[in-house]
Amino acid sequence: MNKTPAIELRHITKRFGSIVANKNVSLTVYNHEILSILGENGSGKTTLMNMISGIYHPDEGEILIEGKKASIHSPKDAYRYKIGMIHQHFKLVDVFSAAENIVLGIEEGKYDLKAATKVIRETCDKYGFEIDLSKKIYQMSVSEKQTVEIVKTLYRGADILILDEPTAVLTPQEIRKLFAVLRRMRDDGKAIIIITHKLGEVLEISDRVSVLRKGEYIGTIDTKDANESILTEMMVGQKISLNIERTEPKNVEKRLVLTNVSVNSVDGRAILKNVNFTAYAGEILGIAGISGSGQKELLESIAGLQQLKSGSIIYHNPATGQEEDLRDKTPLQIKNLGVRLSFVPEDRLGMGLVGSMSIIDNMMLRSYREGKSAFVHRKEPHDLADRIIEDLQVVTPDAQTPVRKLSGGNVQKVLVGREIAASPTVLMVAYPVRGLDINSSYLIYNLLTEQKENGVAVVFVGEDLDVLTELCDRILVISGGRITGIVDGRNTSKEEIGLLMTKANRHHNDEGKEGNDEEQS
Amino acid sequence: MIVSFIHRAVMQGIPLLFGSTGEILTEKSGNLNLGIPGIMYVGGISGVIGSFLYENSLPDRSAVNPFLIIAIPLFCCLLGSLIMGLIYSFLTTTLRANQNVTGLALTTFGIGFGNFFGGSLITLVDTDVPSITLSLTSQYFSKTLPFAHKLGWFGEVFLSYSFLAYFAILTAIVVSLVLKRTRVGLNLRAVGESPATADAAGISVSKNKYFATCIGSMIAGLGGLYYVMDYASGVWSNDAFGDRGWLAIALVIFTVWQPNIGILGSILFGGLYIVHNYMNNIIAMNMSTQELIKMAPYVVTVIVLIVISMRKKRETQPPASLGLAYFREDR
Amino acid sequence: MKNKADKPMHEQLVQISKRAALPAWQSWLIRILAVLASLVVCAVIIVLFTGDNPFAIYATMFKGAVGTSRRIWSLLQGVAMLLCVSLAVTPAFKMRFWNIGAEGQVLMGGLATASCMILFGNSMPPALLLLLVIAASIVAGAVWAVIPAIFKAIWNTNETLFTLMMNYIAMQIVSYFTYIWSVPKGSGKIGVINAATRAGWLPTIGKYNYLLNILIVAALTIGIYIYLRYSKHGYEIAVVGESENTAKYIGINVKKVIIRTMILSGALCGVAGLLLVAGTDHTITRDTAGGRGFTAIMVSWLAKFNPLYMVVTSFLLVFMQKGATEISTVFGLNDSFSDIITGIIIFFIIGSEFFINYTLKFRSRKGAEAA
Repeated sequence: MNKTPAIELRHITKRFGSIVANKNVSLTVYNHEILSILGENGSGKTTLMNMISGIYHPDEGEILIEGKKASIHSPKDAYRYKIGMIHQHFKLVDVFSAAENIVLGIEEGKYDLKAATKVIRETCDKYGFEIDLSKKIYQMSVSEKQTVEIVKTLYRGADILILDEPTAVLTPQEIRKLFAVLRRMRDDGKAIIIITHKLGEVLEISDRVSVLRKGEYIGTIDTKDANESILTEMMVGQKISLNIERTEPKNVEKRLVLTNVSVNSVDGRAILKNVNFTAYAGEILGIAGISGSGQKELLESIAGLQQLKSGSIIYHNPATGQEEDLRDKTPLQIKNLGVRLSFVPEDRLGMGLVGSMSIIDNMMLRSYREGKSAFVHRKEPHDLADRIIEDLQVVTPDAQTPVRKLSGGNVQKVLVGREIAASPTVLMVAYPVRGLDINSSYLIYNLLTEQKENGVAVVFVGEDLDVLTELCDRILVISGGRITGIVDGRNTSKEEIGLLMTKANRHHNDEGKEGNDEEQS
Repeated sequence: MIVSFIHRAVMQGIPLLFGSTGEILTEKSGNLNLGIPGIMYVGGISGVIGSFLYENSLPDRSAVNPFLIIAIPLFCCLLGSLIMGLIYSFLTTTLRANQNVTGLALTTFGIGFGNFFGGSLITLVDTDVPSITLSLTSQYFSKTLPFAHKLGWFGEVFLSYSFLAYFAILTAIVVSLVLKRTRVGLNLRAVGESPATADAAGISVSKNKYFATCIGSMIAGLGGLYYVMDYASGVWSNDAFGDRGWLAIALVIFTVWQPNIGILGSILFGGLYIVHNYMNNIIAMNMSTQELIKMAPYVVTVIVLIVISMRKKRETQPPASLGLAYFREDR
Repeated sequence: MKNKADKPMHEQLVQISKRAALPAWQSWLIRILAVLASLVVCAVIIVLFTGDNPFAIYATMFKGAVGTSRRIWSLLQGVAMLLCVSLAVTPAFKMRFWNIGAEGQVLMGGLATASCMILFGNSMPPALLLLLVIAASIVAGAVWAVIPAIFKAIWNTNETLFTLMMNYIAMQIVSYFTYIWSVPKGSGKIGVINAATRAGWLPTIGKYNYLLNILIVAALTIGIYIYLRYSKHGYEIAVVGESENTAKYIGINVKKVIIRTMILSGALCGVAGLLLVAGTDHTITRDTAGGRGFTAIMVSWLAKFNPLYMVVTSFLLVFMQKGATEISTVFGLNDSFSDIITGIIIFFIIGSEFFINYTLKFRSRKGAEAA
């Protein structure tokens, strides 16, 4: 097999406003190879690939395809260069059959679904896709939908395939099948790029690995020379000291005890599997994990927004000393039990705040029910809004400004400020410093520490391991809906957490490997 | 009697069939055009205006040109409905106005337009005819197949209609096939179901919405023309068209967005509209009960609407983006 | 996507992007310009049909709307009734529930009023009958509105189509009863109910027939304004309308809010039916609602769901309608002319919203290709 460069990136830089998403990235992908792009959340992997598939255009640098400079301005252009990207969020029409989705948007030739189906079937047979082309998308599993997306790009003649986190939503068996197909495509001469942050998969499937960290290109190594600790080190880098002030927990007592909590998604996939942990008053419990490992569902379960399949969530009320099971209770019922729970969700404007309402009216969301009057009182919310604007340095013309018009960081401050103002006993925050500048981030860290000192049980879902290891007293690591470890924040390393973050899936991938060998023999 | 009942039911059903076929095509692109009743009025009155001017320009009735007397009203009707479709498309697709509000405004405008010209045409063109009676045009529009009456009941049930009636059925079948079997239909349905997906696949969302809405309006407009020229024998009277436009929208739901089912559905609705005239002979029925029977199409439609929402079967749901404007940056 | 500029579409010469915000005075300026533009277009059309000069025509319209004190009263009554229905649909719209069934809800309220007047007109003390009439109309309107709301809340049944169909079911029910109770029998017309006894009629204030209606609607306007802006219910409606997820997050029972709000919406429609039947018409036909249920949707939308602005929008529409009717009479044209005018004004105002929410950037063809 002779390997020729299929695509070359030279000195690519991409900025969004003041944030540099990719900085001077250069890498080459050859035909007949699978290249993994490895990096943590927010390391710029997806942005880089979006530039190849025509969704973004680089600010600096150039892209060469088969040695010639290419100009890719739209997904359509990308197809012309035979580049196909399979996004994490599938772009399929639910009520159409697989075949209809695959031919959608193709303009050449006569429209003949039967003839097209035949051609598609040949492609499928060639690479070993198992798919019922007449099946409707809404009847399909996630894995089948992904197959449709891959076949769609192949049917359109793609020679360079980019897969963004393709295994995130698959079962181990499905991953095994996907990898078999990818190998067959590689052997057929295609260039394949997989974006991932799972080390096990990287080692299993790819020929070479390129690592990105915080938008920068770190390096590329051959997979045969790599192992998990080398890759982890490349991925997380050296420990950077942040000097976050961490006080010793005082008056620690049980606040929230989760036992055997399992949650299924609407379509029946297991999202949380037998989760057990205790959150104590007076400490910050960090939750680390690759995004989409079940963090969102975990917090929502506690907040009364998820239906539990099994398990219990026991709240120890400090005021009454009683224990309350929060399972199967609505947020209002939980509140009426006297549970003072505050929750800063990940999607701030989708849940937590109302974009078109003023800061004042958003302050009222938590408190408007108070009092017997049929009318709302805006006096206290107004004062609260003014106080938060001042204390957290929210940049806004006034308290009457709709939240939607504020910048992301200021929106976050408004939400965090409101949730803390409710004087909670449990405070759950998801990615509270996303989009915030350094100073604002420290403001939030200090607020969380202050809450901890006041005896609040703080649950902090984060993505930056440097922050997690410096801020949190204990860190719970979640992977694929399972808890893979709870470590002491003071005595752990980024590497240890990084390995735990990928643990559950690694186990399954090993299984996958064996299965594959059988298939090939 | 059954034969004449079916005959009348079909005559009643044809305007509904035109209206619902046009609306289905429109809704498949994601546009909920509540302006259909207005568009049907405009289609009718535009044809009337064209035909009225032509008939009045004739020195006498024998000077009529058989081609022109069909073509002029037809052309005017299509043009009038097309303009209505363009207004709707421009406001909702280009300017992203709310579809419900635009549609209702279009209906107010269209019905007003119809009644205004219906009531003022004579004054405006300053002639001395007593009322708008286009018997000459109607003669041509209501010509049935020549051998229909020789074939007894078979002839009356199947062959005794004018060319527009057959055209309505043909349109329903063609639209049905286009939606199911062609690339145009596939693209259109993709736009109505998931405009973001269609956009990503390189299909122009705006073009498809304009196309479907304008063609749909023209089809619906023909329903108005058929009603005046054939069913009402060329006599325009204000508000006579009544709530048939809304009935056409009901039919869209009743047929779960399938024009071919609409062929039978329209005859059923048409039959329910007039059944009281016939049941009178069987069981004595007073005027009040007739009104209750006229309610049946709407009740049936509500039941269909409830059943499809309870069963949640994906194929029978309204197009997923129905009623929503699409803006690429909203993704 | 934050960087639209990175995806130049070669064929696209005009770039559309969402505006951050426009100062209030600018957005109102755009709306006022739209109204003026629509008036100019209307004038052109009127001139085409009548051949008179446009200023004379607007003078005629003005005279038609407010020329005599009778006309002023009639104008105010028209505004009041349209406003009443508009107020009724507004809470539902704020919740993003497309209640286009106001026509039917008004009719059911009116029918309940009429039936109480007919059935108990001679057998009940007037004061009691009046109370019954009021209660019945409110309940009837509410029931007619809550049926689609229940299905929406439980099965997510499409409310736009459901409420639309309910209009025609209501019309047929009214037709049914107009035949049952027609005077004389079989005429299909009920005629003035209890003309002699005035049983069940709303009282008149002095000799002003419309004054009570107008006062009631004025009170309702303020009431709904306060309800939406200052009450806990109003706040919940706004939250549910803006973001169902946030509503669930803070523990609002979304289904309950939908049903409760539609009961209110229907009840207010019932009141409109009451005012029409017991207050002014004293009879009922299938046209009693007179298309107000549909016009109200536009009034409410144009006013951005603010009851105070609705006073302005409904006044504008009714004024133009009355004026256009006058023109029709003077020039011997059909009075549907007013609907054409209404349509044109609304087209312009809803079109103008685009320019408030979006900006256009024009680019030369060259620039587009270079990008």
